[in-house]
Amino acid sequence: MTTSDDLPIKSNSDVVLVRQHVRTAAVNVGLSLVDQTKVVTAASELARNALVYAGGGQVRIEIVNNGIRKGLRLAFSDTGPGIPDIPQALTDGWTTGGGLGLGLSGSRRLVDEFDLQSAPGEGTLITVTKWAR
Amino acid sequence: MGVTLSVHADAGRRRIEELLQENEEPVFKRWLEIAGSSSSGHVDRGSLIGQLRELYQAVHQSLGESSDSSDLRGLLAELSRSRARQGFTPTETATVVFGLKEALYEVVENDGSPEALRGFVWFSRVIDELGLFTMESYAAAREKIIIDQAEQLLELSTPVVKLWEGIVAVPLVGTLDSARTQVVMEKLLQTLVDTGSEHAVIDITGVPAVDTQVAQHLLKTVVAARLMGAECVISGIRPQIAHTIVTLGIEFGDIVTKASLADALAHALRQSGIEFVKHRGTRIAVRTVEE
Amino acid sequence: MDRVPVLKLGDILIVSIQIDLQDQSVLALQEDLADQVVATGARGVIIDITAVEIVDSFIGRMLATIAAISRMLDAETVVVGMRPAVAITLVELGLSLGGVRTALNLEKGVALLNHLDGAQIVTAAQ
Repeated sequence: MTTSDDLPIKSNSDVVLVRQHVRTAAVNVGLSLVDQTKVVTAASELARNALVYAGGGQVRIEIVNNGIRKGLRLAFSDTGPGIPDIPQALTDGWTTGGGLGLGLSGSRRLVDEFDLQSAPGEGTLITVTKWAR
Repeated sequence: MGVTLSVHADAGRRRIEELLQENEEPVFKRWLEIAGSSSSGHVDRGSLIGQLRELYQAVHQSLGESSDSSDLRGLLAELSRSRARQGFTPTETATVVFGLKEALYEVVENDGSPEALRGFVWFSRVIDELGLFTMESYAAAREKIIIDQAEQLLELSTPVVKLWEGIVAVPLVGTLDSARTQVVMEKLLQTLVDTGSEHAVIDITGVPAVDTQVAQHLLKTVVAARLMGAECVISGIRPQIAHTIVTLGIEFGDIVTKASLADALAHALRQSGIEFVKHRGTRIAVRTVEE
Repeated sequence: MDRVPVLKLGDILIVSIQIDLQDQSVLALQEDLADQVVATGARGVIIDITAVEIVDSFIGRMLATIAAISRMLDAETVVVGMRPAVAITLVELGLSLGGVRTALNLEKGVALLNHLDGAQIVTAAQ
């Protein structure tokens, strides 16, 4: 029983839309208020990253089930320049976009599972999962 | 599987079906005896008879042409769940299923035909499978009970108490794990908002030890409270815990720590502009400074 | 794009964020506030985020920037009404909002500004 929801990220207002859709899905999964807030914040960071660094992308919002618990999985994909040095990109305070450098490293701390696939010129795919407690 | 064998298997299966049908009363009686003796004292005989009757019918039905075992599995799952809840042991629960094998064996022995014996081998396998299924349901039910209890524990964990107007405290008692600390801390922060309290005391006198994660949670709570506009004091840190925190290299920074809850309260009162005046040696009077 | 209104109460400017902010609105608010501080000669700025469900690093940085700019223009900034879930998330994210003063609610925010100023700066409004 998997439901999914695909959204484009093309403008600033799409980032707001992504937050709202993720919030609704998080409520449906039964995440606690704090966990809802964490996953929506992570989604906001990652959606903005896709917009700022790749000029846009898309997100797939999925409700998943590992047999014991339900969870929310978000897959952010873009066809942008990719990330040449992943460990560096995941370091607190590292930025190439003039931000605080907390987008990637911070959102990793806000979710239970974090998977980043990227190579220069091949875009970026970031999959994050938050399980209901 | 060869043709000859499958014919034989079918014949055996049919024979078992016939035996179950023809000898329903003696087999059932024996089964009830075995199941009853293994779970003596726990269950009243009337309800056991009812359960076994239903199971017997379902077993019979699952062996028939339709070979539909969904009813049977449903019944077994229910049986395992209720037994797990009532505190039966795994053996007591499984014996109910395996007892049918023993009960039928006596009938098969009397019959003595090769079909019946071959059928019994097949029947044992079916019962073994059902036994395993029962055990799985039982384990799942126990697991569920444990999870429920853990949640209940979290709920009744720790109250947030008001010490003074604008000062609340959480007296933490017992071993803290990461989940419990998180729940308590969320509750504390929510109480700050609800009561408009600007001071909180986290008292860990009753906590024997903390690990890195718990220490981090305490720390994060203090920082989160600051973001909301409130100050936290941690009191009652035992020497061992202080040792742990320092050796783990956890930075407590400028967080206020006090030896006892009383010291923490005094600190919070001072911060909110309330002064203590000591009178005649032992008595303490409190005077509020009007703003 | 929605603009967040800036209210004036005596020497204090009050901003109450009631909508899901998009990045442009955040930047616009930053400019509006700086302009208003200068235009009104306000001594304090209160940003009420009681209704805000999430604060990500972008909005967090906006709050810190507003505080820094206002201080340069001789006004103190207080962020009030942050929800517990938002505070916990910000800590986890790694944002400490250094340099930003906080209070539990609007009332305590006003009291804090008065205390900082040492004078009743809202008396002008009465």
